[in-house]
Amino acid sequence: MEKWSLMTITVLLGLIVRWMVSFGSYSGAGKPPMYGDYEAQRHWQEVTYNLPIKQWYFNTSDNNLQYWGLDYPPLTAYHSLLCAYVAKLINPDWIALHTSRGYESQPHKLFMRATVLIADLLVYIPAVILYCCYLKETSTKKKIASALCILLYPGLILIDYGHFHLGFALWGVLSLSYDWDLLGSLAFCLAINYKQMELYHSLPFFCYLLGKCFQKGLTGKGLVLLIKIAFTVVASFAICWLPFCTEVEQILQVLRRLFPIDRGLFEDKVANIWCSLNVLIKIKNVMSPQTQLKLSFAFTFLTLLPACIKLTLQPSLRGFKFAMISCALSFFLFSFQVHEKSILLVSIPVCLMLNEIPLMSTWFLLVSTFSLLPLLLKDGLLLAYVVTTLAFLTVCETSFSIFEKTSEEDLQLKSFSLSIRGYIPSFKAFPKIIKSLFIVSVTLMGILTLMSATLTPPQKLPDLFPVSVSVVSCLHFLFFLMYFNAVVLWDSRNGRNQKKIH
Amino acid sequence: MAAAGGSGGCWFLALALGVSLLKCLLIPTYHSTDFEVHRNWLAITHNLPVSEWYYEATSEWTLDYPPFFAWFEYALSHVAKYFDQEMLVIQNLNYSSHATVFFQRLSVIFTDILFVYAARECCRCVNGKRPGKELLEKPMFVLAVLLLWNFGLLIVDHIHFQYNGFLFGLMLLSVARLFQKRHLEGALLFAVLLHFKHIYIYVAPAYCVYLLRSYCFTANKADGSLKWSSFSFLRITLLGLIVCLVSALSLGPFAVLGQLPQVISRLFPFKRGLCHAYWAPNFWALYNAVDKTLAVVGIKYKFLDPEKIPKASMTGGLVQEFQHTVLPSVTPLATLICTFISILPSVFCLWFKPQGPRGFLQCLILCALSSFMFGWHVHEKAILLAILPLSLLSVESPKHAGIYLILTTTGHFSLFPLLFTPPEITTKILLMLLFTVYSFSSLRALFRKEGPLLNWLETIYLIELVPLEIFCEIVFPLTPWKLKFPFIPLLLTSVYCALGITYAWLKLYVSVLTESVTVRQKAE
Repeated sequence: MEKWSLMTITVLLGLIVRWMVSFGSYSGAGKPPMYGDYEAQRHWQEVTYNLPIKQWYFNTSDNNLQYWGLDYPPLTAYHSLLCAYVAKLINPDWIALHTSRGYESQPHKLFMRATVLIADLLVYIPAVILYCCYLKETSTKKKIASALCILLYPGLILIDYGHFHLGFALWGVLSLSYDWDLLGSLAFCLAINYKQMELYHSLPFFCYLLGKCFQKGLTGKGLVLLIKIAFTVVASFAICWLPFCTEVEQILQVLRRLFPIDRGLFEDKVANIWCSLNVLIKIKNVMSPQTQLKLSFAFTFLTLLPACIKLTLQPSLRGFKFAMISCALSFFLFSFQVHEKSILLVSIPVCLMLNEIPLMSTWFLLVSTFSLLPLLLKDGLLLAYVVTTLAFLTVCETSFSIFEKTSEEDLQLKSFSLSIRGYIPSFKAFPKIIKSLFIVSVTLMGILTLMSATLTPPQKLPDLFPVSVSVVSCLHFLFFLMYFNAVVLWDSRNGRNQKKIH
Repeated sequence: MAAAGGSGGCWFLALALGVSLLKCLLIPTYHSTDFEVHRNWLAITHNLPVSEWYYEATSEWTLDYPPFFAWFEYALSHVAKYFDQEMLVIQNLNYSSHATVFFQRLSVIFTDILFVYAARECCRCVNGKRPGKELLEKPMFVLAVLLLWNFGLLIVDHIHFQYNGFLFGLMLLSVARLFQKRHLEGALLFAVLLHFKHIYIYVAPAYCVYLLRSYCFTANKADGSLKWSSFSFLRITLLGLIVCLVSALSLGPFAVLGQLPQVISRLFPFKRGLCHAYWAPNFWALYNAVDKTLAVVGIKYKFLDPEKIPKASMTGGLVQEFQHTVLPSVTPLATLICTFISILPSVFCLWFKPQGPRGFLQCLILCALSSFMFGWHVHEKAILLAILPLSLLSVESPKHAGIYLILTTTGHFSLFPLLFTPPEITTKILLMLLFTVYSFSSLRALFRKEGPLLNWLETIYLIELVPLEIFCEIVFPLTPWKLKFPFIPLLLTSVYCALGITYAWLKLYVSVLTESVTVRQKAE
């Protein structure tokens, strides 16, 4: 069969699963007074359509910021405006000021779902397909298999939120892999302007491009490239923020909305370090918010430093992708005010690694979806979660036969274990350990899912299951952070390291 | 589908698991009144003694399947009570709690295991003559996808709601057994199937003739004609015994109770009209369309008196008897005769020029298609009866592959009006695209050397389906005709699809008849 027809089938499968999952319930369905993210998206359409641009981010009599006020960068707001125009055409009640609060109906649900599906179809899916077609040293079959796996990744499907930022970030990676640095930086600026969380990926982008400039020599070509890139970034930011540039106060207000430092170290049950430590020590009570902020900043910075330095010194595409993973993961684990959904920012670069380290990627993607379980249960998506996760596991297993690829080369740990053997000569058990850990962890996740879905927690500990889910996931993520850092630092494909080892 | 990579036998399991998971995702979708039909049957069989099953009429959806199906519902009801007791109350009409939906949908998904097994057996019957090829281009793999991921079965069973999966599983399994020369098993399975759902009686002639000709007669003469002396009385006794035993098991209790006439009257409701509420795309759809056109033209040019024309509009939604205006009205007997005549040549062919199980399969498909073309009150879903068995032949020869592509695409398209709620419109289009893209590209890859599978006319005809769909679902609801002529999309769909299905039927018939001639010449 031809490549294009296989790709069409892959895309159709991805679309079908997305559409089916959207039949289920959505966040905050029928739960006044605040509803959920669905209402937030609808409310933004209402606000952006009815209010002048100057009032979008300000608390006014028409714009109560306590009720799902805009807290995303301008591009998201423009996007909401665009959707609002379409909504106005179909049914003006959907976005009427004030009166449309908590609007729920079957056609409206269909409309919201369709906007997400179309967004996916326009931005995210083409990026995935192009990326997989680009993959070097792989057969057509493998390319299509990786496309299918990436499109079937349950986390993104279940949290259908219009992932423009992820889509644009993917376009950024894609352009960089074609060596189109300017286009890549433009795409990434757009991504940041869709969602400030994209900053998790900014350091790898920055270090990679900087490293590239260094490589070309800072006095000649490199300097030109650096100036070009800087100009692109500044220009694209300026265009996005143009309507807000009239007053300084406007910009400051938007920034305050984007980075709400007063919200505290963490909210809800996030699978990061602070929330897990909270089980033992109540950090929020022990330290002042200012110290918390400093502490989290210090930890984040320290953990992402090694990968970034390595990337700046030896910029390579492979290293860049790994650095994206480990930086985003450090941000997720240690930074301030992290949301559960931010794990998707780590998952996307991991998806890109599926064909290189199938076992570890599949494992990570499973854990990342599992960490969203409390959220999904709240939204009534248990069935969809179980089904899509099983489907994802099946597809990964049949296309990459993950259980057979557990040698040290497949895990990219060859050089790491070689250097360990320098100290402990008898150390040879990596594949075995990883394989058994994988099985134990999958079983554990299965049991925990089953328990949180069926059992009612004891009265003294109402949050028992969400907390255990987030602690278990957090432990996994710590392990993955170490793993990915080990891979980045001992990456032997670069000349210098190889010489050192031999 | 691209997923099934290197490892040997597990690709089939992956395909089956994949489609089962997809079915699970379809659980919350729209379901038709057939859902209530089956809930009602669950309640009837659970609460009432056997003697009242075929008399109960609280709901309008009375039990009108043969006894085995009733027993099947009885068995299911004993699982259902652990999900939701309320669904087993006869008076709870249109009851559809979450647990009820979940249970009924899951019951379809789980009984489909039989279909999966049958598909596996069918894949083993296909000769994989082309070794060394990539897995994705092996006939076995293609057949597995065409059967397991069949669009029609997915939407009819898992969205619209019916239990066709395991019934077709029984049929395919019996076909596979005949291919494997396990004739008695095949006969037993088919007899059982008949007592699950009597619509399969349409293909019974093929079974009768094939078993009589190729099983009861143990040898042929040198020129391939019948050798009367080889008739085996033992074999025909065994066959007769199987059929009688199964029938006794199914209908026996009702015969003892003296309820046979009541059961029969429930099973064959000839009081319903010539066509279903929505016209199945068969000969009668064309006939009705011609009649309607003539009537309109006649009124316009004053050949007909508008006063004398009966007002019943066929696609109005209600099943009712319909008087044709210009052409003679059709009686059940006439449809029966037409069906009989159209089946006859294929059966003759099977008798006089037996070609082993493949000939039998062709005859079975022709029987199914002919009865679809001319039957009384045919449902559009009955096209699956021809599509699924034809999948087996399509992966073996390019000629059948061409016919298969026309038949499946039009047949599946004609199922579109079954789903009309806005979310399902997207679903059905996506699923249809998935299946159509796969069937076209895989069959073309399979027969790459043999040239194109369709000629230009057929290609244009199939492509025209796209504008037709756009017109029916998007353009038409925006036009002012929507209120005045609400039946136009249905009429267009069924007439247009009827053309394709008639064409495929004729083409298959011609190929079967001419094929036998060439073989005979060779034999001479």
